Amino acid sequence: MEKKKNLFALMTDKKHRGRTVSFGIVILGWAILEIMLFSGSLSSLFSSLLVPVCCYIVAAIGLNLNVGISGELNLGQACFMSVGAFTAVCLSGSLAGAIPAPLPRLLLSIVAGALLAALFGVLIGIPVLKLEGDYLAIVTLAFGQIIKSLITNMYLGFDDAGFHFSFVDNKVELKQGGKMLLNGPMGATGTERISTFTMGIVLIVIALIVVYHLMYSRSGRAIMAARDNRIAAESIGVEIFRTKMLAFTVSSCLAGAAGALYGLNYSTLVPAKFDFNTSILLLVYVVLGGLGNMTGTIIATIVLVLLPELLRSMQDYRMLIYAIVLILIMLLTNNETVRTWGERMKKQLKSRLKNRRNA
Amino acid sequence: MKMKGWYRKTVSVALAAAMTMSLAACGGASAGGKGSGAIKIGASGPLTGPAAVYGNAVKAAAEMAVEEVNAKGGLQFALDFEDDTHDAEKAVTAYGVLKDWGMQVSLATVTSAPGAAVAPMYSDDKIFAITPSGSSLAIIYRDPDNAADPYGNVFQMCFTDPNQGIASADYLAAHPDLGTKIAVIYKNDDNYSSGIFAKFKSQASANSLDVVYTGTFDDSNASDFTVQLKQAQDAGADLIFLPIYYDPASLILTQANQMGYAPTFFGVDGMDGILTLEGFDTSLAEGVYLLTPFSADAKDDLTTKFTANYKAKMNGEIPNQFAADAYDCVYAIAQACEAAGVTADMSASDICDKLTGQFSSMTFNGLTGQNVTWSASGEVSKSPKAVVIKDGAYVGVEN
Repeated sequence: MEKKKNLFALMTDKKHRGRTVSFGIVILGWAILEIMLFSGSLSSLFSSLLVPVCCYIVAAIGLNLNVGISGELNLGQACFMSVGAFTAVCLSGSLAGAIPAPLPRLLLSIVAGALLAALFGVLIGIPVLKLEGDYLAIVTLAFGQIIKSLITNMYLGFDDAGFHFSFVDNKVELKQGGKMLLNGPMGATGTERISTFTMGIVLIVIALIVVYHLMYSRSGRAIMAARDNRIAAESIGVEIFRTKMLAFTVSSCLAGAAGALYGLNYSTLVPAKFDFNTSILLLVYVVLGGLGNMTGTIIATIVLVLLPELLRSMQDYRMLIYAIVLILIMLLTNNETVRTWGERMKKQLKSRLKNRRNA
Repeated sequence: MKMKGWYRKTVSVALAAAMTMSLAACGGASAGGKGSGAIKIGASGPLTGPAAVYGNAVKAAAEMAVEEVNAKGGLQFALDFEDDTHDAEKAVTAYGVLKDWGMQVSLATVTSAPGAAVAPMYSDDKIFAITPSGSSLAIIYRDPDNAADPYGNVFQMCFTDPNQGIASADYLAAHPDLGTKIAVIYKNDDNYSSGIFAKFKSQASANSLDVVYTGTFDDSNASDFTVQLKQAQDAGADLIFLPIYYDPASLILTQANQMGYAPTFFGVDGMDGILTLEGFDTSLAEGVYLLTPFSADAKDDLTTKFTANYKAKMNGEIPNQFAADAYDCVYAIAQACEAAGVTADMSASDICDKLTGQFSSMTFNGLTGQNVTWSASGEVSKSPKAVVIKDGAYVGVEN
């Protein structure tokens, strides 16, 4: 019989401690930033970074579920963001007349973006996740290119007569007052900016709830079992395909929601934004934050998005230093000497605290 | 084990706290700064990444112009040029940096998509902006599809992409001696190129030009044009219109030469720069026509002085039209500031009101055109010059 635990114990026991810290950081960060925003002490630079950072965090949390928990390499997280972003931008643009209030339109767009991205996740997952090995990495890589090319060649507009669509050659000719939603390589322009920082925080919290619930559930244990030893997991009756599919779909769904928020934060969005580089960047956030470590992902994302901005004073050497810092972090976190030093510090701290408590 | 978790938690919280502290600290640090007593001009453009050549050209020319204006005494400018890597997101953060610095006037962005992203912010915050080279309609109009609802305080120094397409089609209609069977090769994943082509196409059919072939390429196949050239040749084209940048254009010229195909080539302002391209045999560019607002080889005093100074500053690099546009922007701002009596202690929104009034009414003479005027919506009106490449230099063509 398992002993019933009180709420405090549930929050601080070994298994759930990561979750508590993640939520703690997000809520604390949100509270501090809201106070700073309210009092006007946050600089324009950091105010402009709030929403994109939230988007990257949500997409990276999703990716960590896929790469860290489920153990499948995904090199196309940005293209799920792309699907979500362009879905949201088109939906919000075409609903601007019907739903003038920004908040319900934002919510609707995010939900639509997330669902469509999840649908694409399912479509890709069905053939690929049945295979053993690194096929998902290859296919998501290709999918990223396909999505980019598709959106680059899509022309979608609407006027009084309804929607007009053409592919490759722009044959969309709108009447006066019409609006182009997708304009080929120019992407979407003239988007109403309706994303808010609060919505970003809400998305992060939802992402964390979903991911932690999944991790601590029966399905989550099955996902991890399938990652650690496929044969052993199969032998005890875990359906590998189903579990991997679950993680991958949730991951792409979160990326879609993140993309939707991102797309509606800028008045213009080009398909080239969500290229291979962005996917790799998200993967870097996940790897630096630690595979399977959501708190780490959040912190790594914040640090790595802020770093190039904080290095602006270095001018031409900015990206060089950014790269060096990135390599240093990777080396240091994996360096034996640094690790033992960290362990020693930890032990010292521990004994000192013990002494103080005993004294 | 219990302690381990506690330790991790502390470190995480400490990190988070440190980070928020640094947010506050940075906000404070960048707010003060250089150039007190000078009007603060902000700008952003790609200083790194694949589009860096444009950003660096604009930066160098803008710095030159600011130094020259400051050397005259009187009006003083301070310039802060931030990197936006030709990315909308980075342009918005660069805008934040500039605003924290206390920018009063702006050169907006060098490239189009980032410009479209920051234009609504200039409008919201009432800061006057004039982009040297952002040619998309989305920079000056809230509703770019109908060219309606202009921001009003965002201006352009360069032609809009549609205008270049229209001007090219008109020029070709007026000069049938250059060629009557027209082929077009454009880059369909580039909004500059497809923007010009879209308007060229409609104006060409209005002028009943005979467009016999349209070929496209994109980033992934921008190195081999033999297929497109062969198809153009088979279609009997005697003129090829290239609304593209000079890099792929140089390959097209080289490959056409190898095929023994010699139509007239006709480019737009993106072709400018082909003569300075490293490793390109400039004799292949003989007889290439282009419509451009600026040619570095023009013999007037202003251009020769600018070209000489720019070469001295940039290790012998010949200025392109981006640089010339940026140089003109700073001088146009200087002219407007002097006429409106703008001083450094005015607020950005006061300056914005004064400059907006000036720009929509003044006439400006610069490197990229004489009697340049602006409409109230921010579009520039100047006449493109047709030049032809002769003996490795641009030579003006009589219209």
